[in-house]
Amino acid sequence: MDSTGIVIGFWALSAITVVSALLVLLARNLLHSLVFLVLSFLGMAGLFLTLSADFIAVAQILIYAGSISVLMVFAVMLTPLASRDNGNSLYLLPGLFGGLGIAVLVGFVAIDTEWAEHRGAALAESDFATTVGTVGQLLLGRYVLAFEIASVLLLFAFLGAIVLVQERRRGDDDASQDGASR
Amino acid sequence: MSDQPLAPPPPLAPPTAHRPATPMLQQIQDRPGVRDSLMGVPLPLKAAGAVVGLVTLALLAGVGFLVVDGRLEGQWYDVRDLGNATAGLRGWLQDEGVDHRIIWVILGTIGGIGILSVLGGWLLIGSWVERRVLAKFQIRSGPNRTGPFGLLQPIADAVKLMAKEIVIPRGADRFLYYIPPVLIFVPAMLGWGPVPWAERMTYLDIDVGVLYTIAISSIGVLAVFLAGWSSNNHYSLLGAMRTVAMMVSYEIPISLSLLSVVLLTQSMKLSEIVAFQDHYHVWLIVLIPFAAFAFLFSSTAEINRTPNDIGEAESEIVAGFYTEYSGMKAGLFMGVELGHAILVGALMSTFFLGGYTMFGLEEWIPGYLILATKIAAIYFLFVWLRGTLPRFRLDQLMGYAWKFLIPIGILQAFVVAIEASVFARSDAPALITLGAFAVVNLAITVVIVRFWADRLGYAPSQHATRPQLIADGTLGGLKAARKIREA
Repeated sequence: MDSTGIVIGFWALSAITVVSALLVLLARNLLHSLVFLVLSFLGMAGLFLTLSADFIAVAQILIYAGSISVLMVFAVMLTPLASRDNGNSLYLLPGLFGGLGIAVLVGFVAIDTEWAEHRGAALAESDFATTVGTVGQLLLGRYVLAFEIASVLLLFAFLGAIVLVQERRRGDDDASQDGASR
Repeated sequence: MSDQPLAPPPPLAPPTAHRPATPMLQQIQDRPGVRDSLMGVPLPLKAAGAVVGLVTLALLAGVGFLVVDGRLEGQWYDVRDLGNATAGLRGWLQDEGVDHRIIWVILGTIGGIGILSVLGGWLLIGSWVERRVLAKFQIRSGPNRTGPFGLLQPIADAVKLMAKEIVIPRGADRFLYYIPPVLIFVPAMLGWGPVPWAERMTYLDIDVGVLYTIAISSIGVLAVFLAGWSSNNHYSLLGAMRTVAMMVSYEIPISLSLLSVVLLTQSMKLSEIVAFQDHYHVWLIVLIPFAAFAFLFSSTAEINRTPNDIGEAESEIVAGFYTEYSGMKAGLFMGVELGHAILVGALMSTFFLGGYTMFGLEEWIPGYLILATKIAAIYFLFVWLRGTLPRFRLDQLMGYAWKFLIPIGILQAFVVAIEASVFARSDAPALITLGAFAVVNLAITVVIVRFWADRLGYAPSQHATRPQLIADGTLGGLKAARKIREA
């Protein structure tokens, strides 16, 4: 469990994650921040790997490093001035408070947890074979309602995107943006 | 210029009975047959060839005897599966009392070097293969000046690229400009991890192998975008945005077709997907043909190969996202295409073509050679497509992904989910159920593709010289074509 490799990996990955997360805030250029954010995500995926959570690690890479970053790329490209400066933002104070709140919450959970229950023989007892199978069983068994609600939400988002970009039929358009449909 | 009368024209060759219609047929006719070329070989060479053939036959017979005898099974010198050798090495090191961490590092390094040598070897020879094969499609010779058969051409190219001056555009974002040529190689190398080369020859046999391949391939998008953005060039940015849009779109059909694979084989481990195909003696391309097609086509988009190479369409936007890169940086972008192509070949053959198995042939021939043969076949298909098909337009490509591949992919995933639950519950022999699935899937695919293409298809112009616009946007497909034909 606590072999040298794991310890080295933990500290290296933590350093990568924290330093690049700091650089996200400190970089002046928004695209540079994006690159550091991806690096931070990758570091977090590595941390998940050291916890043997391979499914979450791969999902982290797939969703955050792969897809969310591309989403941010599009957002940056569609807002011309945003790519210039990362400096001043209205959300500095709310962001600080939000971050502080999350830090306090996580710290409270970490202090409150009885870590003795989660190590040694007790840990080995609650061990399961594969993460993928267990996650699948839980998602479609115990947490099926939450899963279904999330998927319905995603479906609505999908349909909403289609409705928003749909071409207007001729006749029922008031703005008559004819150039768009030609 | 001179006063001398023109020389009389040479007498025409007597008309032959069968004059070939095309230059290609002429070439085929002029080419000496196997028999003709064999007749010209001197006798000592023939004798030497016969001896070599006999010795090879004897060796093969000896190997065959050893295989049938089962004496090779699991020994370290059993080269049918190099995993045996590493297992032997591990056992020997453990007997010597080496620390297990050092053993782990040694074996990991050996495996990594093995995988990287596949990629590196292909980068050494791949561009020559691609250009020679492409030349055959276009009735040319291809590179044949540098070394025997032009074999040293890739090395000459690489030396030229490395010797070139690296020019960085003035307005470039220096920090981001250096990342993409390196970053784009990451998926091409890491993607090889979970590919099984033989039964015990998988470098990274993880439970989430399928997800891993998808996740790793999504990192390449970022590299392409950064390359385009940091060059401060309109063509680069255009190419990058086109490529990003296309890659994001085509990741969905890939995921859907891999979802079908996972549902049917009930595992995300690549080695178990291969084991499923080996156990039931069927390739998944037979069971889920549409998923196989969608995976192959979307992969060509994902790795920027013709017919989907709009990201670097050289006739439209110079070289797309790497226009401003020069020297070996551009060389890396070109080289990664070759690496991606064989990686996709490996994934395609693992998911849909039985991987390293070949209906029992893997008992006799090393599994990695079988996989390499399949990769080569798919690579040949890629080059064939490149030599044959024109490039799609951007809107055609996006429309093809969103209107065609994704709806049918979702439908296919539904059908496969039903079939998988039937397969998990039924007691009928696998031949009957899987056979029924194959027939049903093929029928559904044909019907839906036909119906959907009718619904969506563009009307082909009947008169190529006179461009025609379809009058009414509400009418499309074969109906519109029929209307134009009747008009």
